Amino acid sequence: MNGFTHLLTSALVALVQLVLIVVGGPLLLGVMRKVRSRLEGRVGAPIYQPLLDLRKLFTKQRMRPRESSWLFGTGPLVLVATVVCVSTISPLATTRPPLGQSTDFFAVIFALLLGSVVLALAALDTGTAFAGMGSSRSMTIGALAEPALLVAILAMAIPARTSNLPALVRAGLNHPALIASPSRILALASFLVVILAESGRLPVDNPSTHLELTMIHEAMVLEYSGPDLGLIILGESMRLAFLLGLLVNLFVPWGVAERPGALFFILGVGALAAKVLVTGVAIAVFEVFTAKMRLFRLPELLAGGFVLALLGAVTAVVAR
Amino acid sequence: MNHVSVLITALAGLAAAIAGATLPARSRVGVAVLLTWVSSSAALVAAVSVLRSGHDIVIHTAAILPLTGVSLTLTPLGAVFVLTIVVVAMASTLYWLGYASHGLSTRSASCALPLFVTSMILVPFAASVATFLVLWELMALTSLVLVLTDQSRREVARSAGQWYAVMTHVGASAILLAFVLLSAHAGGQTFAQIEQHAHHLSGALRGTIFVLALLGFASKAGAVPLHVWLPKAHAEAPGPASALMSGAMVNLGIYGIVLVGNVLLGGGPLWWWLLVSALGVLSALYGALYAATTSDLKRLLAYSTADNMGLVLIALGASGMFAASGSRTTAAIAMVAALLLMFNHSLFKGALFLAAGAVQMVTGTRELDRLGGLLKRMPVTGVVFLIGALSVAALPPLNGFVGEWLLLQSLLHALPSANTLVVITVAVAVAALALTGGLTVAAFVKAMGIGFLGRPRSDEASDAHEVPATMQLGAGLLALSCLALGLVPMLILPSLELGARSAQRVGVPSPVHGWISLHLFGLHGILAPSLLAGGLLAALVATVLVRRVSHRRSRPWPALAPVEPWGSGRRTQTVRMQYTSTSFAEPLQRVFDDVIRPARDLDVSPAAESHYYVERIAYRTSNDDVIERVFYQPLIAAVRRWGRFARKLQNGSVHRYLAYGFLALVVVLVVLA
Amino acid sequence: MTLRVLLTTVLHPRKASEDLGPATNVDVELQRSLHGSLQVRHVDAGSCNGCEMEVQSAFAPVYDAERFGVRLVASPRHADALLVTGPVTKNMSDPLRKTYEALPEPRLVVTLGDCAKDCGVFKGGYGVQGPVSDVVPVDVHIPGCPPHPHAIVEALRGFTGR
Repeated sequence: MNGFTHLLTSALVALVQLVLIVVGGPLLLGVMRKVRSRLEGRVGAPIYQPLLDLRKLFTKQRMRPRESSWLFGTGPLVLVATVVCVSTISPLATTRPPLGQSTDFFAVIFALLLGSVVLALAALDTGTAFAGMGSSRSMTIGALAEPALLVAILAMAIPARTSNLPALVRAGLNHPALIASPSRILALASFLVVILAESGRLPVDNPSTHLELTMIHEAMVLEYSGPDLGLIILGESMRLAFLLGLLVNLFVPWGVAERPGALFFILGVGALAAKVLVTGVAIAVFEVFTAKMRLFRLPELLAGGFVLALLGAVTAVVAR
Repeated sequence: MNHVSVLITALAGLAAAIAGATLPARSRVGVAVLLTWVSSSAALVAAVSVLRSGHDIVIHTAAILPLTGVSLTLTPLGAVFVLTIVVVAMASTLYWLGYASHGLSTRSASCALPLFVTSMILVPFAASVATFLVLWELMALTSLVLVLTDQSRREVARSAGQWYAVMTHVGASAILLAFVLLSAHAGGQTFAQIEQHAHHLSGALRGTIFVLALLGFASKAGAVPLHVWLPKAHAEAPGPASALMSGAMVNLGIYGIVLVGNVLLGGGPLWWWLLVSALGVLSALYGALYAATTSDLKRLLAYSTADNMGLVLIALGASGMFAASGSRTTAAIAMVAALLLMFNHSLFKGALFLAAGAVQMVTGTRELDRLGGLLKRMPVTGVVFLIGALSVAALPPLNGFVGEWLLLQSLLHALPSANTLVVITVAVAVAALALTGGLTVAAFVKAMGIGFLGRPRSDEASDAHEVPATMQLGAGLLALSCLALGLVPMLILPSLELGARSAQRVGVPSPVHGWISLHLFGLHGILAPSLLAGGLLAALVATVLVRRVSHRRSRPWPALAPVEPWGSGRRTQTVRMQYTSTSFAEPLQRVFDDVIRPARDLDVSPAAESHYYVERIAYRTSNDDVIERVFYQPLIAAVRRWGRFARKLQNGSVHRYLAYGFLALVVVLVVLA
Repeated sequence: MTLRVLLTTVLHPRKASEDLGPATNVDVELQRSLHGSLQVRHVDAGSCNGCEMEVQSAFAPVYDAERFGVRLVASPRHADALLVTGPVTKNMSDPLRKTYEALPEPRLVVTLGDCAKDCGVFKGGYGVQGPVSDVVPVDVHIPGCPPHPHAIVEALRGFTGR
């Protein structure tokens, strides 16, 4: 009986976390657009507008380029599937998610990378120039952001002696001094730069641009319509919400459910939503006051992120 | 029993070579492949029995080689390498059956390929310096014959053969020198004797021997800066041969380093392994960068081999450094990671090269800019390449990811360490790993996307068709093994651990274990590849269902309409408007412009009427290997100059030659007095 | 930019949008199928850019069409409706038709301005081919030369019903 209740609880936790990310992703997108509108002096679309957009998109016609292969339709599927999979097993609302002992930070990052890679391949399958451009730029940024990301993970994992995600969150909760340590702060800065780069936000990429030659991520999805487009928009917003969820739990972990129990879990869900909301609003405000960087200045930005992460790793070693 | 299997390995291989050389064209390849399979299976049996029982197989005979005799011993370490080579060999020879019609059925090729396979399989068996060197040289010569298969038709193949011949013999000389020093001072030329007496040697001598052996074996493994032969030879060799060279032969370079460094010399001081790591970091970064910026499919794969061998060297170096600074657990894990990276590389690189060979056979070209749309026309080959590409990029749920994870764990858990050199190396290694990972992803998205997806960029590509079943089977087997090992790495891990322990002498019991989830010994690191794959699959199925459900209501328009791609309303969208390989790599190339320094040539021809009207523009850009241009070309020029000078001494006059002889005699007499 | 100005802008943003009251002419069937969300792709088939300025005003802070669920998108594959301005010139007739064919079903065409309906002042010009309805089927027309942004917003609101 104990095993069965354990299984049931794990399934419930996974489901709640999943629903939180699936619904929370578009809502986060809506909030960020609303903040932008307000700062521009407009009323702006309501926060739930992206959900309405998605609902409509799923009823529209699917189209595919005449000479594309099966990979074209697989791109959006794999993108969403990877985020769905990692959201259920990551410490978002609780430090004991299902299958949490094997949730390695590297595994999560590489799973998300799988989604990006398959999307880039699917874009190349359209055989258009813009999609090639989007793929190329996206892969370049990914290649340059990866060193910063992995070294930032290293910086966080050294003091905790592990790269297991729930263990990293618990380490922050058990040793508050760790959160304020210089290595963590440097890793935080580096992680933030990488999140902005990977999710295609300003100053790396303007998500609402109409000029194809300035697009990085948008250019890859110009050819998608209907449910495919819906899945891509959903996947990207989910990914942003998920990464921000990881960010807040690693650097401001208080509120996460540490002990089993429905009350703690509900509090954890609320804390996660609140923290991600605040971070999203902060990023949106930052975006309003930032201009998009030139594409060929981006390596400098990402190299800066890498240097921050490296400093964080070195301080983590020295501090012991 | 074991002795019999080793005997069969050698004899069947020899028989295959003879069959290939003597039989008529129709049965030549078939019989050779059959006998090679027999030989490989026998070797497989021997390797598996060694790994199961943990005991070595020892054979010694005074015959065959005069003066020294032949000495064969299969240790668990050797068995791991034999296993790797056998898997790739079996797949490649199966593939050869279908490929043979494409010019690889000549007597020389049919004799050389089985001999190449057999010599590679037997190298890890070698237990004396003479046996080792004979087998090594045999391997080099037979692969040279294979590289030169096309040399009568293509000048490039001939030049590739020359580079390969010279560099492999320079490497072999270094190895020879190292072995000679070892056997001279250790009082015997069998490995057992050398192992026993190696600790009598002085530190300086051991260091010299190690550096010489490292240079020789690293050159074979394709480590930068001794890699210049690799892109040329691996690109020019025909399909199955390049798969064998990249998937099996480079591993023997790694075997040599482990043999000399760990087994014979019994591990060494920190600076040895620092050197190995430094070579590894350089190779990984350089190989990945060039793979990302080249537009020749097989050259891309060859540079990626250099990159992956760099990763293996990083792991080896890390393992040695950890062992030298006292952390046994991380040293053991790093060594297992090195062997796993090597094994994974053989599988996915073999699959990739076989797929590339299929593409070359059907379309006649290796240029990515002339390919495209091949996934629809060659479905099986395309999927094999896709699996291989995702494996190289170290993405779950495939095998490359597990190896990368293991290496990252061993580096992570080595910190914090008391030794500052270790700390610096680990930090640099992680950064290098990450950057190479990113560059490799870009390179293989380019290779897969430009080569197999989109619309065909040439008539040859649009006329492409799928290759014969044996070729699909050979390549497919390797791709499936990549998937299998990605889901259940424990299939191969116990063998790798045995091999690691036999190399390192000191280690921990089962450093990495667990069938569903991998656990590290005594450290907090857990990975569940099969569970992750299961989760991804479940999520994928759920997402497909969601998309399908949203379309269940019937509508008056077609559900999935094939349409013209959107090109901003332009009248015609030609195939040439697609991104090319060069354009895909352009942002990366721009970032690393100072390293690559491509040669650019712009030629503008104005019209006859006016200087201001341009009639024709020709733009040429080439990504030559920087190290070749900066180090090797001046070296070759200097050697040529010296040769020209030396030729002056040989002017044909008998009087002058007699004078040389007289002068030499006088000098000798003076010295003796 | 001082910290005080930054904080004031963030914490007390000024709202310039006019309050426009409830929607007037709502196409109920369309509203149901669009679920309150309309993505529009604008195509200039040969206009004098007067209508473009009014569209820009319609999406700017004062009239703010975005609060009713309407958004401009870059690719016709992402769009539900095509917003066409200007008479169709000979060079733009093929691209206009291709853009229309690139929209996924269900799709709409909204013409903006008098030129789109009957070529307006450009009728009979040597480069002009004809009105938009000659090239693609038109669903809704917004009259005016140029139309008031208020009219543009009201027409678009009719689709989302917000």
